[in-house]
Amino acid sequence: MWADLFTGSVLVGLLSSGIRLATPYLYAAIGETFGQRSGVLNLGVDGIMLMGAFSGFYVVFLTGNLWLGLLLAIIVGAIMGLAMAFISVTLNAEQGISGIGVYLFGLGMSDLLFQKLVNNVETVRGFQPLHIPLLSDIPVIGEIFFQQNILVYGAYLMVPIAWFVINKTTFGLKMRAVGENPEAADTLGVSVAKVRYLTVTFGGIMSGIAGASLSIALLNVFQQNLTNGLGFIAIALVYFGGWRPGWVLIGSLLFSMVNSLQVWVQVIGIEIPSDIAVMMPYLLTIVVLVISAQRVRQPKALSKAYERMD
Amino acid sequence: MTEQELLPSGHPKIHHLEMKNIVKRFPGVLANDHVHFDIKAGEVHALLGENGAGKSTLMKQLYGLYHPDEGEILFDGKSLRISSPADAIRLGIGMIHQHFMLVDTLTVAENVALGLPSSRGMLTDLDKVTERINELAKLYGLDVRTDALIWQLSVGQQQKVEIIKALYRGAALLILDEPTAVLTPQEVDDFFVILKQMAAEGHSLIFISHKLHEVMAFTDRVTVLRDGKNVGSVQTKDTDKRQLAEMMVGRQLKPAKLLDQSQIGQPRLEIKGISALNDFDSPALNCIDLEIRAGEILGLAGVSGNGQPELAQVIAGLRNETGGTILLDGKDITKATPEELIQIGVAFIPEERNRDGLIREFTVSENIILRDLNSGFYSKKGFLDMPSIAERSKSLVAGYKVKTPSIDTPMKSLSGGNAQKVILARELSRNPKVLIAAQPTRGVDIGATEYIHDMIIQQRSAGTATMLISEDLDEILALSDRIAVIFHGEIMGIVDRADATPEKLGLMMAGERIGEEPEC
Repeated sequence: MWADLFTGSVLVGLLSSGIRLATPYLYAAIGETFGQRSGVLNLGVDGIMLMGAFSGFYVVFLTGNLWLGLLLAIIVGAIMGLAMAFISVTLNAEQGISGIGVYLFGLGMSDLLFQKLVNNVETVRGFQPLHIPLLSDIPVIGEIFFQQNILVYGAYLMVPIAWFVINKTTFGLKMRAVGENPEAADTLGVSVAKVRYLTVTFGGIMSGIAGASLSIALLNVFQQNLTNGLGFIAIALVYFGGWRPGWVLIGSLLFSMVNSLQVWVQVIGIEIPSDIAVMMPYLLTIVVLVISAQRVRQPKALSKAYERMD
Repeated sequence: MTEQELLPSGHPKIHHLEMKNIVKRFPGVLANDHVHFDIKAGEVHALLGENGAGKSTLMKQLYGLYHPDEGEILFDGKSLRISSPADAIRLGIGMIHQHFMLVDTLTVAENVALGLPSSRGMLTDLDKVTERINELAKLYGLDVRTDALIWQLSVGQQQKVEIIKALYRGAALLILDEPTAVLTPQEVDDFFVILKQMAAEGHSLIFISHKLHEVMAFTDRVTVLRDGKNVGSVQTKDTDKRQLAEMMVGRQLKPAKLLDQSQIGQPRLEIKGISALNDFDSPALNCIDLEIRAGEILGLAGVSGNGQPELAQVIAGLRNETGGTILLDGKDITKATPEELIQIGVAFIPEERNRDGLIREFTVSENIILRDLNSGFYSKKGFLDMPSIAERSKSLVAGYKVKTPSIDTPMKSLSGGNAQKVILARELSRNPKVLIAAQPTRGVDIGATEYIHDMIIQQRSAGTATMLISEDLDEILALSDRIAVIFHGEIMGIVDRADATPEKLGLMMAGERIGEEPEC
């Protein structure tokens, strides 16, 4: 039975879906990395993903227009990111608690809208694999890497972009300073609030896209709690990645590969209780976090509201 | 503009800056009451005053962090409004805060570049920033590695980064808020060399301090503030430390006098062969033998980190000893819990008052009653007795001269000296038999220090056996009847006050033993 896993076609399928499944993790975790580098812990990622997933799904369900669906997911994500920024930056609320509030709102609201507006198991035709001349036709390699849809490529493209913005731009410098020592940034005329609003709103947009990538690119359905806690794993990946996009990528791939393995184990019919198989990625989360704990120091001002001292 | 108008950094000098009739009110406080201050190019001007005298408030208005309610700020005769730090920077004012405003995880160059427009638009231009830093560093003799991360630098080097940051932004006038507080003596010397050069080249330097010897050694003029008002402005060469101290405090300081020792009684606290471990489980105390008599102050001198806090904690019941016994009036209290020790009459003023002595978020009155909550003074059948708490707190606040708007003010808004007075009120108001006072005046201004010393001496007259732990030799010499010196967790010897000189104590503090080896 186990040997079936190591046949060529299964391995190709396993790797190909592993690459694909990293997409939502990447969007959400890269977005969250920005917020956290500036000192805001947004635990609402999963809720924003659910809202993004539903709004994207619903637009596609009604109109069939994928790009319009993605746009709405982005807008909804931005609005929820702004809300999180307003609560945690302007109102100086405890970030952990306000994030949980945003999560619960997204969880409940997405389900409510789904039941009111759809209330049926419906599928949509999501983003289809792109056919890239030559590359897609390479045996094995092409199947694994170059028969994915555009949101998958977009997710991987975000990694170098994020690295560049964080390390090479004036905005990235401000963001790192604000997350580490907001008081120092303030005395140099950097607006802590402005930087945090931008990063948290960007994080919201990325979470919205992450949600849409599930509902209109990977799974092409919506149901209650579609994300199943994926947003929380994305937050864990930010820690695992030590707030660096490259390592976030490695963490995302690790999880998506285990996820993919778990799916294929069930597909082939290897006799492991399915509950245990499904549990694997979550178990891995805990193990990885324990191992990676304290490997990299977190931004010093993470989850701390900033008020100017008088 | 002629050549002489420019500083080496290429920015114009500020010939004359004047703050006129500045009034700044906060709720319930008149922080600045028609204050006048002025400084010329090339001048080093000390702003002297006790905590709460209004120095920082005045300077924050110059740096745009606060805005004056009345009065004006004149630049070379022109009245200008400074509405934000960005405005101040544009006008050529820089401020070096007491706690450095640096981002630890960024490099020197990144810290300097932070918040400045880049020549490459959205992208950083650290190579150009580095070039300019090196130019400035050469001009002013500030050697720093631009690619070093801040946390890798010593405190002295970090301060140089702060100066470069200000110069890079074109500062012609620098506000230095207690700049030497965190430096070693060697670093202080280096720092003054740099500042003298900057002044000679035409920078204006405002030096906020309460270290009188530095003010005397280094400044041209001194302005003294007290209770938000100008006391006076004098040329440094025409004054001396004593006059400045009296201007700060507003009255004559009492000359130090040797204490009358006639009331010293029987041994009260006997520490016999105490050993203990530190927080990392390595030996911190080795066979400490000390005896303190009723009505006596034993000074425990020593350089920081030689076991002082551990000894205080063992006596106060907060750390387990690994050997030895402690007797109070002949009774063994070695294993007593802090609660029992409070009942017996052991009072403790901890070294880290904000961490171990107070709950900063609690109110003044809550902090006052904390220690006696178990004793039933302030509760009836488990309920807090609010009227008696209020009454008691008010009388202690008045009795110990704590400056606070009310007894319901959070502790964290009190100054260091007033916070320490609250601890004193709590610990001394029950007439303790034994007082352990660790660094009781660290970070406390002259007026409050004098008051705290008076209270300790008053306890001595009442028969309390006091251990005064201090790193300040002047304080030890002013108050102690006998002086013990601790080094590497051992007592190097005990001398009578009359035989003690700073030189002798200094040698013992460096590890020279005058007594016998401990026998444990």
